Amino acid sequence: MNWIALSVFAALFLLVTVLGFVAARWRAGDLNHINEWGLGGRRFGTIVTWFLLGGDLYTAYTFVAVPALVFGAGAIGFFAVPYTLMLYPFVYVVYPRLWSVAHKHGYVTASDFVRGRYGSHVLALLVAITGILATMPYIALQLVGIQVVIAGMGFTGTGLMGDLPLIVAFAVLAAYTYSSGLRAPALISVVKDLLIYITVIAAITVIPAQLGGYGHIFAGIEPGKLLLPPPTADNTGAYGAYATLALGSVLALFLYPHCVTALLSSSSRGVIKRNMALLPAYSLALALLAFLGYVAVVAHVHDDPAYTDYFRQYGNNFAVPALMLKYFPSWFVGVMFAAIAIGALVPAAIMSIAAANLYTRNVYKEYLRPDASPKDEAQMAKLVSLIVKLGALAFILFTKPQYAINLQLLGGAWIIQTFPTVVVGLYTRWLHRWALAAGWAAGMLVSSWMVISQQFKPTYPLHLGGLTVPGYAAFYSLILNFAIAITLTLVLRALKVKEGVDTTAPEDYEHDPA
Amino acid sequence: MAAAKISRTKRVVWYVILFIPFFVAIAVPLYNRIEPSVFGIPFFYWFQFVLIIVAAVVTALAYRAKV
Repeated sequence: MNWIALSVFAALFLLVTVLGFVAARWRAGDLNHINEWGLGGRRFGTIVTWFLLGGDLYTAYTFVAVPALVFGAGAIGFFAVPYTLMLYPFVYVVYPRLWSVAHKHGYVTASDFVRGRYGSHVLALLVAITGILATMPYIALQLVGIQVVIAGMGFTGTGLMGDLPLIVAFAVLAAYTYSSGLRAPALISVVKDLLIYITVIAAITVIPAQLGGYGHIFAGIEPGKLLLPPPTADNTGAYGAYATLALGSVLALFLYPHCVTALLSSSSRGVIKRNMALLPAYSLALALLAFLGYVAVVAHVHDDPAYTDYFRQYGNNFAVPALMLKYFPSWFVGVMFAAIAIGALVPAAIMSIAAANLYTRNVYKEYLRPDASPKDEAQMAKLVSLIVKLGALAFILFTKPQYAINLQLLGGAWIIQTFPTVVVGLYTRWLHRWALAAGWAAGMLVSSWMVISQQFKPTYPLHLGGLTVPGYAAFYSLILNFAIAITLTLVLRALKVKEGVDTTAPEDYEHDPA
Repeated sequence: MAAAKISRTKRVVWYVILFIPFFVAIAVPLYNRIEPSVFGIPFFYWFQFVLIIVAAVVTALAYRAKV
C-alpha cells in the first residue's frame, strides 16, 4: 500500500466532497425545481461553462484511454486530436440554435425540443431512450478510470475490501449530486481542471526530459506505428478510418445528454460561442497526453515487473498510471491520481443528472404523470440520478470492465442516430417525423451489427466492389439513416401522412435575450 | 433583441473560414508524413498540434466579428 499517495489522494477527495455539498448554496436557487437542480438555473457564465464543458468532454477515461490507445496502436490513436479541433467550429455554428430555442420554450432536454419541433412524443421518447442507453455505459466507464488509480495505489484486495474504495467514492458522489444538482459538478470541475493541468504539465515536462527529449522518444517508436498505414490497391487503409472516426465523433458528441445539459445551463448564446474559442486549451492538453502513450512505450513500463499484474488486469489503460508511479514521488502520485479520480466524478455527476432529466421530462411527465409539478419533477430527477449511478456501480462490480468499454463504443454509434432528428431539426422541419423514426431504427440496428460483427472494434471494413473501405461504424450507419429518412419523407409526403404541429417559430432559433 | 446582425454574405464568408481547419483535418493524406520534422517531432504530430491553435484563433476571430 502506497500510504503517502493514498493520504494526499484522500485529502483532495475530501476537499471536493465538501465543495460538492457547499455547492447547494452557491448562487442559491430553489433546488426543488428541475430547472435549478438539473440545469443550475441556466445562469452559468463563460468561466463556469468552460470548466463544466471541460469536465464533460475531457473525462478521466479520456485521459487514460487516449494515451492507452496510442501506447498500443500508435498514430491511429491520435484521431482524438482532429476530433477535438473539428468540434469547435461545428458547435459554434450549430448549437447556439439549440440554446435559443430551449431558452425560449423552457426545454430541459434535447427530447423536449424534439417534442416541440415535430409534435411527436414518440420521436421524443426514442431520442430520450437513445440518450439514456448511451449514457449509462459512459458513467460505468468513468468508474473504470477510478478503479485503475485505486488499484495503482495498492488497493489490490479482492472481494468487498477491494471494491470498498470505489463504493465509498460513488456513494459520496451520489449524495452530493442528489442534494446540489448540477451546481456540484460545476464547482468541483474547477478543482478537477486545476489538478489535471498540473498533472499534464508535470508529466509532459518531467518524463520526456528524463528519457532524452521529444525527438529521442519519437525515434524510439517503431516506424510502422508512427504514421497511418497508406492505402493499397484494394484497401483505403487507415486514412478513411482516421477521418471518419474524428468526423463521426464530432457529429455525435453534442448529442450526448450530458453535453446538452452543460450547453443549456449556460446563460447566453455568447457564452457558448466564447467557449468554443476557449475550449481548445483542453485540446492542447489532450494532444500532449496522447503523446504520453509514446512516452510509456519508450519508458518500457510494460516490461517493468512491478506493473506486470496491473497490465494483466487493466491492459493498456495502466500505461499512464504506470508512468506516474515510475517517475514521480509518492505525494505527487497522490495528486495525479486524485486528478484522474476527480476527473471521473465530474462527468459521472453531469451524466447522471442528464439521464435523470431525460427520464423525468420525457418518460415520467410525458407518460406516467402528466400533471407532475416542477417540484415533483425535481424529486423524480434526484431519485433517478441515484438509480442511474447505482446501476453503473453494480455493472462495474459484477461484470468485466471490458463490457463497459464495449457498450460505450456501441453508445457512440447509437447516439449519432439522433443527428437527423436533432441537428437537422434545428435548421429545417423538412424530414417527416415517421421517416426520422424509421431512419433511427435502421441506424440503431445496422450500427450495432457492424460493431458486434467486428468484435467491438469501432471501424467497419465496408466492401465496395473490389475495394475495402474501413471507416467508423457510427458514420456509415448515419449515412444509411439519412438515406432512409430522406426517401421515406418523400414517400410519406406523397401519401399526405400527417405531420405533427411545430410549436417553434423560425426566429426562436436566433432568440438572444442578452 | 438580437445583437446587431452582420450581413448574410459576411456570415457565409466567416462560416467558410471557420471550416477551413475542419476540412484540413479531414484531409488525412495531406499530413500523414514524417518530414518536415521539427526537433525530431514528425510532421504528422506537430502539424495537428498547430492546427488546434489555428482552429482556436479562427473561432475567436469569428466571435469578435460577431458571426
